[in-house]
Amino acid sequence: MVTYLIRRLIGAVVMLAVVSMVTFSIFFVVPRWAGATPVDMATRYVGRTASAEMAQVAAQRLGFLDPVIVQYGRWVKAIFVGADYDYGAGVEHCSAPCFGYSFLSRLPVWPDMLDRLPVTASLAIGAAVIWLIAGVATGVLSALKRGSFFDRAAMSVALAGVSLPIFFTGLVSLVVFSYGNPFRVTAPGSTYTPFEQNPATWAYNLLLPWITLAFLYAAGYARLTRAGMLETMGEDYIRTARAKGLPERSVVVRHGLRAALTPIITIFGLDFGLLLGGAVLTESTFSLPGIGKYAIDAIIANDLPKVMGVTMLAAFFVVFASLIVDLLYAVVDPRVRLS
Amino acid sequence: MTAPLDVSGTELQAAPEAVVEGAGGAKAIQGRSLGQIAWMRLKRDKVAMAGAIFVIFLILVAIFAPVITGLLGHPPNEFHQDMINPETMGPKASWGGINKDFLFGVEPVNGRDLFSRVVYGARISLLIAFFATMLSVVIGTVLGVVAGYFGGWTDMIISRAMDVFLAFPLLVFAIALAGVIPDKAFGLEGDTLRIVLLVFIIGFFSWPYIGRIIRGQTLSLREREFVDAARSLGARGPYILFREILPNLVAPILIYSTLLIPTNVLFEAALSFLGVGIRPPTATWGGMLSDAVHFYTVPHFMFFPGMAIFLTVLAFNLFGDGLRDALDPRSSR
Repeated sequence: MVTYLIRRLIGAVVMLAVVSMVTFSIFFVVPRWAGATPVDMATRYVGRTASAEMAQVAAQRLGFLDPVIVQYGRWVKAIFVGADYDYGAGVEHCSAPCFGYSFLSRLPVWPDMLDRLPVTASLAIGAAVIWLIAGVATGVLSALKRGSFFDRAAMSVALAGVSLPIFFTGLVSLVVFSYGNPFRVTAPGSTYTPFEQNPATWAYNLLLPWITLAFLYAAGYARLTRAGMLETMGEDYIRTARAKGLPERSVVVRHGLRAALTPIITIFGLDFGLLLGGAVLTESTFSLPGIGKYAIDAIIANDLPKVMGVTMLAAFFVVFASLIVDLLYAVVDPRVRLS
Repeated sequence: MTAPLDVSGTELQAAPEAVVEGAGGAKAIQGRSLGQIAWMRLKRDKVAMAGAIFVIFLILVAIFAPVITGLLGHPPNEFHQDMINPETMGPKASWGGINKDFLFGVEPVNGRDLFSRVVYGARISLLIAFFATMLSVVIGTVLGVVAGYFGGWTDMIISRAMDVFLAFPLLVFAIALAGVIPDKAFGLEGDTLRIVLLVFIIGFFSWPYIGRIIRGQTLSLREREFVDAARSLGARGPYILFREILPNLVAPILIYSTLLIPTNVLFEAALSFLGVGIRPPTATWGGMLSDAVHFYTVPHFMFFPGMAIFLTVLAFNLFGDGLRDALDPRSSR
């Protein structure tokens, strides 16, 4: 168990290192291929109105003229031990974990991201609870009543669900349930109230995004669960369980569902990690001030340090979530540890 | 394919899939190849055929977009400000300005013909989805076959790479990448650059899904008797890969590329919705939806592009599911 744990941890660290290299290359190597010079890139730090000499000086001072590998090392070092930045108006210290300063607001990126995290986490956790319950329950019932009216209806809805983009269903639900509805209730989903402030308002405002997001995921999970259940319920050990006289309920839940759920858990780990790293589409549709909205606003404003910060945070969540899932497997299923 | 059912004219063929022509004559029983059997099954699946017909319809719409809009509409970027109420910036007439000249009504603010824009949107959407899918299928198949066939170190490196790609926060990465490329790059500019860029980004990030499946299939094919037979006849690596293994992978490649296209349609729509895909004024479904956010009082404005995305993705999904049932009847899905 300990060796397995260590091996998985090393794997996770290597993964994060690779992601950091890719992230760095996207922002510092790809633009060079596309024809930007180091001075062009430094200009963004000092503002577009800066003169050519100022940009040249800034490029030197911020180290854009150094080899890419040195720049990468400096960026990684800043994340672990912090860094001192000099934009020309004196030295500012950015303590670890330092993802640099925003081009626009000149504020460090990390505290900003921490502020946004609760919004994304609230959205992701609430939606995950709904979609897991709804999706798995629908899938199991569909599989058990294969070919019935319920099965066909549920699978048609699920197929429609996986074919719908959230930015369409989100807009439609906003129009139907908040802006244009006959009851004129205040628009839920367009504001965020922190949980500590008022849990009831928090939940009310998030209800629409939760349901919209959960519907799309539930559709996919229902299809997966149904397929998994159909496969496991046809296995020999299910027949054995029935033959030894176990009640049907226990056959379905303890033997069938348990085996069918393992692949679902893997996918759930990835999906949930991805959502924590920014539910970009949902947050943009419902104007929620979460990590994803932060990222997309930063990209449109060309504010690179913010974008890099979000990418690394998102990658961290995905890697962390899949690590947790793997460790859970090792606890539940002894075969995993040996392979 | 290795086509075990190609033996024709024997009693073995009196399986349910065989068709009796005439009343028990000498040449009454016809053999069918696996492909023919799959096609028969597909033809019987009405839902999948409906999906296929809609897909063909869409492709025709995309190809003949200028002809269609010439007959039934206006150029997609032509302003019709006389249709717009200057106070609300919405269409003057009710129902979003739908009439016989403007089949889907007009856009708020500029009064562009929504019908033409939806029709032209199909071009961008399908073009990017098809080419991105082709790219990821090529990368995924080559790497998947190589990893599965050679095993060992090669397999480990490729499989790790797939894990890394699958664990990436794709959308954030794609957005970031689409956002940092300047307006002129690699000797291209404008829509061409954006289209090429999106094809590469989407294709490059979605190959591991196909790669994993192909690797798994190759692993099991490698151990089959016909591969041993070819090897014992003196066949070498490339021959076995291309002539023995690859033909057996046609079915999964076909199935999963059909199912990858709708995912890529959604991916492109998402990028355009977020403003990092194809730039305006070129018409894209995602871009039209993101404009619609500010005009929720004009519901037709979000309805038509949204339904276009939905129906396109649904049609491909229906066809893909049907194709899987036809080519791989054992899958319970």
